[in-house]
Amino acid sequence: MSAKPVNQRAWWFILPVLVSVAFSALIPLMTVVNYSVQDILSPSQSVFVGWEWYKEVLRDPELHSALYRQLVFSAAVLAIQIPLGIALALSMPTTGWRSSLVLVLLAMPLLVPWNVVGTIWQIFARTDIGLLGYVLSQFGFDYNYAQEPADAWLTVLIMDVWHWTPLVALLSYAGLRAIPEAYYQAARIDGASRWAVFRYVQLPKLRGVLMIAVLLRLMDSFMIYTEPFVLTGGGPGTATTFLSQYLTQKAVGQFDLGPAAAFSLVYFLIILLLCFVFYNFIKDVGTSEQRGTSP
Amino acid sequence: MNTRSFPGRWLFLFIYLLFTFAPIYWMVHMSLRTNEAITGAFAWFPESISFANYLNILTDPSWYDGYINSITYVLINTVLSVTIALPAAYAFSRYSFLGDKHLFFWLLTNRMTPPAVFLLPFFQLYTALGLIDTHIAVALAHMVFNVPLAVWILEGFISGVPREIDETAYIDGYSFPRFFVRIFLPLIKAGIGVTAFFCFMFSWVELLLARTLTSVDAKPIAATMTRTVSAAGMDWGSLAAAGVLTIVPGALVIYFVRHYIAKGFAMGRV
Repeated sequence: MSAKPVNQRAWWFILPVLVSVAFSALIPLMTVVNYSVQDILSPSQSVFVGWEWYKEVLRDPELHSALYRQLVFSAAVLAIQIPLGIALALSMPTTGWRSSLVLVLLAMPLLVPWNVVGTIWQIFARTDIGLLGYVLSQFGFDYNYAQEPADAWLTVLIMDVWHWTPLVALLSYAGLRAIPEAYYQAARIDGASRWAVFRYVQLPKLRGVLMIAVLLRLMDSFMIYTEPFVLTGGGPGTATTFLSQYLTQKAVGQFDLGPAAAFSLVYFLIILLLCFVFYNFIKDVGTSEQRGTSP
Repeated sequence: MNTRSFPGRWLFLFIYLLFTFAPIYWMVHMSLRTNEAITGAFAWFPESISFANYLNILTDPSWYDGYINSITYVLINTVLSVTIALPAAYAFSRYSFLGDKHLFFWLLTNRMTPPAVFLLPFFQLYTALGLIDTHIAVALAHMVFNVPLAVWILEGFISGVPREIDETAYIDGYSFPRFFVRIFLPLIKAGIGVTAFFCFMFSWVELLLARTLTSVDAKPIAATMTRTVSAAGMDWGSLAAAGVLTIVPGALVIYFVRHYIAKGFAMGRV
């Protein structure tokens, strides 16, 4: 493939995007930076405090435990949803009305507003009147997501798997469909096994869609708020208090705007750092693979 | 025989679809029952089917206005996002220019702002502009997360179109705008469909920003649904019926773009 021509006027094409994003992202971001270095006593009265809030936030033990819970949760989300989504994409029918039906059915959880997701699961997981809770307790499990921290955590995780695995599956499915027939024929001629076809044909071709799937799931699971808020309210205790919950408690509950702003920026930087690491990791894995396997 | 998939795939798919459908079944189930029946006792199937909850929603303006508001800002957002993302995606796909790689990643970073604290600046910004409680405010705010995604997806589709097509069109004497609209857009209509689906979906399900920026005139359906707690307890039946109805528009959209998804896309850049 020949290199793309250099054309600085391409900036004009990007300009509308830049203006819109600057307007709706940079201005709020700068406002938050401004809050984070001030002690806001009232809307008209504030004092510059420099790094004070950042120091406070970074030393906050509750923040450390919320961050730890968050990392475990997001790691679990990625570890389950990415393989599960790929497996689903591999097993979906490719043509006819069945593929349409499966696509529409599978996409349904994605289309439910997030607070409704929480509400559905709140009822669905209840042992007295909910399908999941009822069935689990009939089988003799001592399940109660409102009381047991482990149950609450697992319920939030399963809810998230239910909610978001279809996104990974849809993207992977589209990625698989884009693989030219010739690749499979070549693999057949080589007598490649199922695993080899997956490992050397399908997986490398899915790199692009998996990149976006991993990044979206990483950042969205890191910012999960509405669903656990409705389902468990962050409890019992602090079992499902992830970073967003804790941040909201600080910002809205205690109305500590300065520390909350410093917290959000630290939070933002953590997500940014993780995404950057994943972005470069997947990018590099991809290129070395292509060099190794392409004919 | 089939090296593209794995043994037991149908069973696996069937079980997963059951898992996907179970909570939705439960919501439909609730929506067809009365509140007394829902909280009264467990039942696998509704004792008697009643559409009272649906009728209630479809005849009460304070309910169905929520749907109209949501659909309005979602459509504005989808059209705006796709429109401004198209030229940007084209530029990222076809040219290299100063800072292009960093810019591409930077765009995505705008999705990473935790909402809790950013709600207040958003509220202040849109208040200052006099846009509070309008559909356009929510549509603009949702562009923060939809535009970067739209650029990313469209870029993949555009890179799938050979550059020779652009060059041939110029040789044939097409001006850029005419080429873009008459030749190029039809070539990537699958990409536009898929992108529109994702924009629609992410804007439709978002609640925090939408609720913060609206009060009455542009109040989204998801916010309407949060006020079903009354003195008599939760109105589970209406809530479930409203929930079922929130799936309908998105299901229609995915039904229309299903062929585009099934045809496949690779998201070339990375």
